[in-house]
Amino acid sequence: METGKESYNLIIAGVGGQGNVLASQLIGQVFIRKGYFVTIGETYGASQRGGAVMSHIRISKRKQLSPLIPKGKADVFMALEPVEAIRVLIPYGSPDVVALVNTRPLYPVDVTAGEATYPEIEEIKGCLENLSRKVYFIDATEKAVQMGLPILGNMIMIGALIELGLLPFNYEDFCDILSTNFDKKELALNIQAIGEGRKAAQRLASGS
Amino acid sequence: MSDISLDEPGEELLLMGNEAIARGALEAGVKVCAAYPGTPSSEIIASLSEVARDLDIYVEWSVNEKVAFEVAASAAFSGLRAICAMKQNGLNVASDFLLNLNLIGVQGGLVLVTCDDPGCHSSTNEEDSRAFAKIADLPLLEPANFHEAKEMAKWAFTISEEIRNVCMIRGVTRISHARGNVTLGELPKKEVRPYFDKSKQRITFPVAQKHNLLHENLIRIERIFETCPFNRYDGPERPELLIITCGSSWLYTQEAVELTGVESLVGILKIGTTWPLPTQTIVEHLAKADRILIVEEVDPFLEGSVKEIAADFSGQIGPKEFFGKRSQHIPSFGEMNTDRIIQALSGILDVTYEPRDARYEASAKMAEKIVPVRVLGFCPGCPHRASYWSINSALQLDDRQGFITGDIGCYHLARTSAGWNLLKTSGAMGTGTGLASGFGKLERYGFSQPPIAVCGDSTFFHAAMPALVNAIYSKSNLIMVILDNSATAMTGFQPHPGVGKNAMGEEVTPVDIEKVCRAFGAKVEVTDPFDLETTRLKLLQMLDDPEGVKVLIMRRKCALLRQKEEKPPYRVYVDTERCIGEDCGCNRLCTRCFKCPGLIWDKESSKAKIDEVICVGCGVCSDICPENAIVREETR
Repeated sequence: METGKESYNLIIAGVGGQGNVLASQLIGQVFIRKGYFVTIGETYGASQRGGAVMSHIRISKRKQLSPLIPKGKADVFMALEPVEAIRVLIPYGSPDVVALVNTRPLYPVDVTAGEATYPEIEEIKGCLENLSRKVYFIDATEKAVQMGLPILGNMIMIGALIELGLLPFNYEDFCDILSTNFDKKELALNIQAIGEGRKAAQRLASGS
Repeated sequence: MSDISLDEPGEELLLMGNEAIARGALEAGVKVCAAYPGTPSSEIIASLSEVARDLDIYVEWSVNEKVAFEVAASAAFSGLRAICAMKQNGLNVASDFLLNLNLIGVQGGLVLVTCDDPGCHSSTNEEDSRAFAKIADLPLLEPANFHEAKEMAKWAFTISEEIRNVCMIRGVTRISHARGNVTLGELPKKEVRPYFDKSKQRITFPVAQKHNLLHENLIRIERIFETCPFNRYDGPERPELLIITCGSSWLYTQEAVELTGVESLVGILKIGTTWPLPTQTIVEHLAKADRILIVEEVDPFLEGSVKEIAADFSGQIGPKEFFGKRSQHIPSFGEMNTDRIIQALSGILDVTYEPRDARYEASAKMAEKIVPVRVLGFCPGCPHRASYWSINSALQLDDRQGFITGDIGCYHLARTSAGWNLLKTSGAMGTGTGLASGFGKLERYGFSQPPIAVCGDSTFFHAAMPALVNAIYSKSNLIMVILDNSATAMTGFQPHPGVGKNAMGEEVTPVDIEKVCRAFGAKVEVTDPFDLETTRLKLLQMLDDPEGVKVLIMRRKCALLRQKEEKPPYRVYVDTERCIGEDCGCNRLCTRCFKCPGLIWDKESSKAKIDEVICVGCGVCSDICPENAIVREETR
C-alpha cells in the first residue's frame, strides 16, 4: 500500500441515487488492476429509494477481507451528504479517520414534513470535527449543478479525494479505469468533474 | 461494468458474488438458466441474460420460482446443465417441486442457488433456506468469498451429475451483493445435444425406494466432501478454542481472531459443504479441542449438525463445551459481522477489546441524537405515490374504514410514513389479493370495511392470478388495484409477461392484464394514476358497487425507467407569490402530506420549494396545491 499500511478501509456514504455504487466500483477496479485484494460491501435495494446507503471498500495486500469494516476501523470517509457522514462515522469512525464531506443536504421526507429535524450545517460540522482527525468540506453538488449534471457530484468528490492524497493511487490510475468504463462523451464529462474536484481540494489545501 | 463472458483464463476481475456464481455456471458449460427476480439473487440470471446471445445459451425470466425451477429441470432431464436462482422466499414457492424433483432425479447437472437475506435488507423475512437441503436430502454448498462462489458454482454441476440430482448453493446478501477478486477459468466449447430418454419415467415412483436412494447418495457425497478443497483448517495443532464456521462468517471470524490477538489460541475450521457434513473431518477437529464455538448466519444449522456428530462420536472424542446460538454467544437473528464474533470471543476467552476510547464513544453517542432517520420511500416521480394518494382519498371519502391489503414490490413501501403507512397487511407474493378475497366474504357477519388489494404487474403473473380467480369463484366483494408500472422495478427492472420483452431480448406479444382479468370475470377499469381526479372517481364508483370483484389497473411506467428513455416532461417550480405557506390552511399538503422528496420546505421564506437536484419533473404535485402555487411548464 502506498500509504505504508497493510490494508485500507474507505467508506462512501450517501443517499440512494447519488452514485455510491459506481464510485465504489471504479475505485475497486483501480486496486484490482494494481494486484490488491478488494472487497466491496454495499447497500442495494434502498439504493434508488431515498434510503441511506454506504459502500465499504476494503483493500489488502494479504487476503480477501470481509465485506463489512469492523467498528471504528475506517481510514477514510467520503460522504456525499452531510448527515450521512455522521450516520456512518458513529459506528465506523475513530480519532484517526479523515473525512471528505459534500455540504449539500438532501432532506429526508420526514424532515420536510416537520416530523424530524435536520441539524444546522454548523452543528454537523462541529460534530464531524469531533468524530475525526480531519474533515474537509466541499460543495460538490453545487459544482455538479454548475456543470449541468448533479450526479457528477460523486466524481467531483473522488477528484478531491485523490488530490488530498486520501486515495492511495494517483490521478492517472483513476483516469485509466474511467476510460475502460465510459464512452468518449461520458469520459470527457467525468474527467472534467474529477478536475473540478481536484481544483476544489487545492483551494482547501491552500486555505482559500 | 464487468463482462462475465470474458474468455481470458487467468484474468482477475472485480465481480459481484452473484456475477461470480453466473461465471462459474458458464465455466461449467451451463445451457439453460431460469429465475424469477428476487433480491439478493437477481444479478445471477440478469448477468447471464446479458451474455445469452453472445454465448448462445438460453436464459429466462420465468413467472415465478416454481416455474423457473421446472424450466431448468426440463433441461437437466434432457442431459443439459441448468441453473436456477432465487431468493429465500422464492424457495418456498419452488419447494413443492423441489421435494418431488429430489425423488425424480436429473440427467444433466442442475444447480439451485438460493440467496438469503440475513438482516433483511430487502425482504419480508429472514428465513434460512438451508433447512431445505436437509428436508430434501440434497447436497448444499456455501461460498465464503467471491472466487470461491465461482469455483463452487462450477463444482456444483459435477456433484449434481455424480448423484444425478440437484445440488444446492446458498448465498447471502454479503456474498451475493458484495464484490471481490475472481480469477477467471476457461469457458468450455463443448456442444451438447439435448435428448429426453423415453425409456425412463421422470416420476417420483416408487417413492420409498427413491427416498432411500437419496440417503445412499448423501453417504457417497459425504465421502467426496471429506477431501474437497472448500473445507479447510487454519490454526494451532491443539487449539484452546475451535471455531467452526461457514459462508461469509468465515471472513468475519478471521478478522475477529486477528483483532483480538488470539491467533495462537484459536483454530478456525471453515466448512464449505454444509450438508451433508464431512463427518470424519468434523470428528478429527472436534477431537483436538475441548471448547467449540460455531459461527454462522442465521439459524443454528451447522451448529445442530455438528452437535449431532459430537453426540454420535462422544465415546471417541469425549465431552465438549459448545458455544454458539444456543448458548446465546452468537445472535440467531440479523446478519453477522466481525464485532459480533469479537463479543462472543470476549465472553469465552479472557480477552478485552475496545476499538475506541470512552471519550470517542461518548461523542458518537451524542452524535446519534442529531441524525434524522431516513425512511425509505417512493422515488420522485413514482406513480405509486400518486396511486396511493388517490386510494387514500377515496377510502376517506367512502368513510367505511376500508383498508389496503398489500403485496410484494416497490409499492410495499406504503408500509412506511413516506406512503402514509397505508399498507395494512403483507405476506407472501399474491397474499394481498388472497386476503382481500377472504375479507370480502365476511359481510355475512356484519363486516362492512371494504378491502382494497394492491398488486404489482409482475406480482400479478407470479401469484395473484389464482387469488383473483378464487375471489371471483367464491363471489367475494373486493377491489383489486393493479399498480402496473411495466417492470419488476424493485429488483432491477426485469421484464415480465406483460411488457413485451423477454430475458433473451426478444420482442414478444405482451400478455394483456386487462383482458386476462376480464376473461376471469372481473369488472375492469384502467386509469393513469397521475390523473388524480379520474382515478379517485373510478375508485369511488367501485367502492359504491355492492358486489363482485372490481379490478382497477393504474398504469404508468416506473419513473426510473422513464428517466432513462425521456427528458423530464415539465419544469416545476413554486410561485412564491401564490404560495401562502403555513397560513394556507391546507396543512402543507405539498410538503407535510404528499411527501415527495423533490418538494422541500424553505425555512427562510416559510414556503414550499422544489429541490431541483431531486425533482424529475413529473408535475403531479401541481394538482395537489389548492392555491395552484406549484407551476408546471411543459419542457417540449
